[in-house]
Amino acid sequence: MSDTVIEARGLTKRYDTATAVDGVNFTVGAGEIFGLLGPNGAGKTTTILMLLGLSDVSAGEARVFGHDPMREPLAVKRLVGYLPDTVGFYDNMTAADNLHYTGRLMGLRSAERKAKIAAALARVGLAEVAEKKVGTFSRGMRQRLGLAEIVMKDARAAILDEPTNGLDPQASIELLELIRSLKAAGVSILLSSHLLDRVQSVCDRVALFNNGRIALMGTVAELGRHVLGSGYAVEIEAEGGDGLVKRLSALPGVRGVEAPAPGRFRMACDRDLRAEAAAAVVAAGGRLRELTLDQPSLEVIYTRYFQNAQEEARHAA
Amino acid sequence: MRREGSPWQGLGVVMLKELSDHLASMRMRVLEWLVVLVALAAVYAAITQVRDVTAQDPFLFLRLFTTARERLPSFVSFLGFLVPLMAIGLGFDAVNSEHNRRTLSRILSQPIYRDALLFGKFLAGLVTLAISLIVLWLLVIGLGLLMLGVPPGGEEMARAFIFLGVTIAYAGVWLALAMLFSVTFRSPATAALVTLGLWLFLTVIWPSLAPAIAQAFVPAEDQATLVTTAQMLARLSPSTLYGESVLALLHPTTRTLGPVYLSQLEGAVMGTPLPLWQSVLVAWPQIVGLVAASILLFVGGYVAFQRQEVRA
Repeated sequence: MSDTVIEARGLTKRYDTATAVDGVNFTVGAGEIFGLLGPNGAGKTTTILMLLGLSDVSAGEARVFGHDPMREPLAVKRLVGYLPDTVGFYDNMTAADNLHYTGRLMGLRSAERKAKIAAALARVGLAEVAEKKVGTFSRGMRQRLGLAEIVMKDARAAILDEPTNGLDPQASIELLELIRSLKAAGVSILLSSHLLDRVQSVCDRVALFNNGRIALMGTVAELGRHVLGSGYAVEIEAEGGDGLVKRLSALPGVRGVEAPAPGRFRMACDRDLRAEAAAAVVAAGGRLRELTLDQPSLEVIYTRYFQNAQEEARHAA
Repeated sequence: MRREGSPWQGLGVVMLKELSDHLASMRMRVLEWLVVLVALAAVYAAITQVRDVTAQDPFLFLRLFTTARERLPSFVSFLGFLVPLMAIGLGFDAVNSEHNRRTLSRILSQPIYRDALLFGKFLAGLVTLAISLIVLWLLVIGLGLLMLGVPPGGEEMARAFIFLGVTIAYAGVWLALAMLFSVTFRSPATAALVTLGLWLFLTVIWPSLAPAIAQAFVPAEDQATLVTTAQMLARLSPSTLYGESVLALLHPTTRTLGPVYLSQLEGAVMGTPLPLWQSVLVAWPQIVGLVAASILLFVGGYVAFQRQEVRA
């Protein structure tokens, strides 16, 4: 992998009564989109705040571009843009004025600031409402304004906390498009979410959080293989044919065949067996209606993983 | 552990933004009207009274500030309760409103320390208060000049000027208190109510409670200790400190703020005014107390803010 941008080693956050984040290890490479996934309260936001130096680290360490967020928070915050969960702006100020304020805090000079704000607002599609008060903005517009702030900052890494939370489908598709364009511009992105299908479409790698720990980490395909046991599922719809279940089960590389409905089969296998399955159906004298390969969906992985975890816990008890 | 970078980075930016917010806000509009009405009422009351009573007073001009007329309190006592109200009004939602608008984490993710945000807000509040108080002070002096027709002397102006400074310090105490509660209470309404409650307690109840507490602990025969203990206790309230320092500054004949001992009266000519610096010396502990109280309260708010979680 290319250079490491964000690194967490044994990152831990303890409160008086509970441990919110417990020995988390992960790295985000340059130009990568890394997703932190997990249910609410799993420790995602706490991890993010520790990476930004906005929350004390109880144990372990974090490095962002080689800087320690605890000791050099200003250096970290100069390089990293942050979009908090349901970002807020000053409602009585215009979009441009809000950005001017943060731009001044970043130390940008007046002329430079004006040019950058105009460019950033155009980039996120808010140029026409630059002089409108933020109080009139929709949720999606606020999120985009938050991204404009990151664009204006020329951040080399962006940390986005639940960026699509509470957005309608259209707005969240637009936002994910913007996130992809940030990546294309060379920004490394760490994002957290509990909305899985959305995240699946943009993340290069994901980490599954559970009770303050990373339960699983890797690409979506890797996670699928790990949790579901088999990487591929082939769905078959066929008419007629004798003993299709038996024939399909006999194919090499097939782990099991289910028949959820008459004429429908679901085959779990080690590799893509669509061609072999088609041949088997035809050989049995059946008429093949439909044949699809199921990509492991993050949603399924996630649900299955937590089911497994709960069952294990029950067995242990 | 050493932090890199300056804690003041961004201080000016935060202060200017907060100041422009304050000056454009509805609260400021209300404050402006309060200032004008108070100035008119106080000066009217004082002037009608001063004309009748004292033509010979060498400090005629200072009477503008301290003279009361039936049913209208003096300018100084107006300030005594107007200033805390103004300060609490400006400070009670300083930090918790940022939490509630969810702007706090976004602002703190910019390359500034929390120090700059809190101190910038405090300075902006103090400057706003100072502007209103200076305007009020100038109004009273201007109206006094017009209506009395007597120019103030140099020493009178100096005393009035120090009085203005003490009033700003007094405003700082309440502003720092309001900001402390704006950090500790998430809801602005709770913060405002708690601050106002504490203000009422310290201003109205504490001065009469202090002698009672002193009596409970000091034997009744020891009159001197009793009086001084009661006074020391009463001085825990910033309102008492302010009242005493104003008394010493605006009534030049005030020789001491505590009990007078016979030894202190030896050779003193009763009723003669003290020189300016002697008056300042009499009020000095009170003035230092006010400044120290605002610093302590601000530090309290600062520590609470540094330890606070930024997440909403």
